[in-house]
Amino acid sequence: MELALIESVLSIAIRAGTSVLFATLGGIMTERSGVLNLGIEGMMLLSALAGFAGAFYSGSLLVGVFAGMIVGGLVAAVHAFWCVTLSANQVASGLALVIFSTGLADFIGQNIGPEGTTLVGLAGPKLQRFAVPGLSSLPIVGESFFHQDALTYLLYLLVPLIWYYLFKTRPGIHLRAIGENPRAADSLGVSVTRLRYVYTIVGGVLIGLGGAHLSLAYTPGWSVDITSGRGWIAIAMVIFSLWNPLRAVIGALLFGGVTAIQFRMQAAGTSIPTFFLSMAPYIATIVALLFISGRRSLYRHNGVPSALGTVYHRE
Amino acid sequence: MGQGMALQFKHLHMNGIVKQFPGVLACDHVDFDVQAGEIHALLGENGAGKSTLMKILYGLYRHDEGEILLNDEPLNASSPTDTIARGVGMIHQHFMLVPSLTVVENIALGLREEPADASFISRLRSRSVLDLGRIRKKLVELSETYNLRVNPDSPIWQLSVGEQQRVEILRALYKGSELLILDEPTAVLTPQEVDDLFLILRQMADDGRGLIFISHKLHEVINLTHRITVLRDGCRVGSIATQDATKEILAEMMVGRPVVFQYDQDAAKRGPVRLSMQNVESVSDRGTPGLSGVSMEVHAGEIVGVAGVSGNGQKELAEVIAGLRVATAGSVTALDKDITNAEPAKIKSLGISYIPEERMVDGIIKDFSVAENYILRDCTTQHYAANGLFMRFNKIKDACEEAIRAYAIKTPHTSTKIKSLSGGNIQKLVLARELSSDPQIIIASQPTRGVDIGAIEYIHHRLLEERDNGKAILLISEDLDEVLLLADRILVIYEGQFVGEVDRDDVVIEEIGKMMAGSAQHEMA
Repeated sequence: MELALIESVLSIAIRAGTSVLFATLGGIMTERSGVLNLGIEGMMLLSALAGFAGAFYSGSLLVGVFAGMIVGGLVAAVHAFWCVTLSANQVASGLALVIFSTGLADFIGQNIGPEGTTLVGLAGPKLQRFAVPGLSSLPIVGESFFHQDALTYLLYLLVPLIWYYLFKTRPGIHLRAIGENPRAADSLGVSVTRLRYVYTIVGGVLIGLGGAHLSLAYTPGWSVDITSGRGWIAIAMVIFSLWNPLRAVIGALLFGGVTAIQFRMQAAGTSIPTFFLSMAPYIATIVALLFISGRRSLYRHNGVPSALGTVYHRE
Repeated sequence: MGQGMALQFKHLHMNGIVKQFPGVLACDHVDFDVQAGEIHALLGENGAGKSTLMKILYGLYRHDEGEILLNDEPLNASSPTDTIARGVGMIHQHFMLVPSLTVVENIALGLREEPADASFISRLRSRSVLDLGRIRKKLVELSETYNLRVNPDSPIWQLSVGEQQRVEILRALYKGSELLILDEPTAVLTPQEVDDLFLILRQMADDGRGLIFISHKLHEVINLTHRITVLRDGCRVGSIATQDATKEILAEMMVGRPVVFQYDQDAAKRGPVRLSMQNVESVSDRGTPGLSGVSMEVHAGEIVGVAGVSGNGQKELAEVIAGLRVATAGSVTALDKDITNAEPAKIKSLGISYIPEERMVDGIIKDFSVAENYILRDCTTQHYAANGLFMRFNKIKDACEEAIRAYAIKTPHTSTKIKSLSGGNIQKLVLARELSSDPQIIIASQPTRGVDIGAIEYIHHRLLEERDNGKAILLISEDLDEVLLLADRILVIYEGQFVGEVDRDDVVIEEIGKMMAGSAQHEMA
């Protein structure tokens, strides 16, 4: 009985954390290159819409997922154009993107349903969960970790891959260098401009996967508040992770875990109002963030890209 | 590697280089050349065009006119990647290192390795796989050949400045640089570290490399190089063989008029103690001990110089006195009053002036006008503000114009934004402001860092004048020459403690150098 409870909480935690983790990984890739990304929420919204619409009209989940990735990448490309080419303020650019994307997603979603009606409330294809033969019969972790959807499994591969890429490969060192000391990287023949574009867009594609996961797997369908602030949570998680993909997993599980627990409590019918319960994951995130931010020694040489948010120009 | 491999570099010619920046002609038909085995100095004041010329050579800037020939072949570089591939390396004044990466990782940064064959897999391998082990091995070999000792696995932020410079040099060697540009490499080193560096540079020249040594320190240029080219205001003044050069000749070429190197100063007329510190301790920005028990006295009518390598407590010392940093123990007394941890405004009002080391950050407000910066210190006085509230613009303008005349500050107008002035003129304005209140004690922190020779001379004269007027002056400078030139007494600071005191007449430079490096602990007199 106890075991079943843990299994179910863990299973929900992973499902709830998947989109946040995708977005966090995307944020890490973008920000490691020195480009601040506050536009994650907007990127997730538009890619969630694209993911659902793509799958709805093509009938193919694969098309939906790719649509989400492409739109995520495109919105990120706009961000890169503003921040890198036009040297815009990165905070302003990110916030503007969110405001713009929220409106745009709502508008498009209202109008691209069948015969110009709304997409809201329509049912489309859904990413099904499936068990991985063998692994899913492991105790506790089997059912929770290995009975998930394809995007979650993709995440299991991506996390170690991105970690390895960042810390063990040549391009990874270049990526970290342009976020730490772009002038040094430039003087050594690493193209700061080109790489900042590349990693902002790569980040956008990952964020797009997070958006697509929301509308195709977690809460299949389209609604304007489908992200319910997960993009902002991801920004917090990027900081919590100290820009490290492995630590990001802890953050995502924390967010997912609190989400799952409060679901359980709602289901069990506690006397606590559901509004407060729904707040819990967000409060947990803030607490975690405060905990990590207060420790400056940890912060200084262990992650935060020194050139984050700054425009790089050759003099 | 040096001895074993034949080097490709024969000579470099830059002919008629022109570079126009908005409003400034940075290089005006400059010719420059380097031969293999030669150390060629590029000498000039700040803004003379040295760095611009070298950034053009290195591919960081494009020149508007002129040609660059490396071994008689054009060097048409659009970025450093091209010049590095042709064997040009640069040691920048501000190190181009990534603090969070280790030494080996920094060396690996930007390295291109040749694929084993043309197949897709080996091309991908060479671009992505990081063979840190191999890089490390070659690095250790190089550092042994040239006696450039550094731990390959330390992250950069843990290294001293001298070690970081060694990493820069190792990286250039690793990449096979045969023509090496060194941009003010000695600015951050102790005298001993400078000697070590010169040994290494000579060895590299003897191996057949070409070296370009950018500097404004005349004695270093004379000690090290074979040939000297002087730039002034973007033009080449001329080149001379080092054996024919003297300090006087070079300075005149740089400034355009004769410069005095020794001031006629009378012996200090020491008055009563004005400023004293007893066992003062404080904490640095990094949370480590900044000052660990500092005691000293400054008398009226003397200049006490604090010599030391950057980061040994100089900043903390000045800030504790100025009230900008908390003294965790001990006491500071000025003019017979206890000013330990007093408010900066109170310290100022007692008659203590502070010329901060970070002029652009702590000395001025960059986006304010010259006049606004001039009254920054006294802006609440009745003289400048009626009832301490309404600014009296005419009085402010008059006072500022007077200071501009008195200190020969070059500025178009009192309402010009101060950031558009040169470093020397900004510093003169800070000095004018700080001396305007006729202070009894002057704390001058790096008063001539980044300032041109003409302004340095002026600032030195002003400080000596104030000394002769009976002011107590604490001169904190990482430029040992400056301390030796001005100070009546020299205190050497090392790791937040004074490790020696030397009288002006008993100076042995080697001794001071050793104390600065912390190797000789002298008892305080």
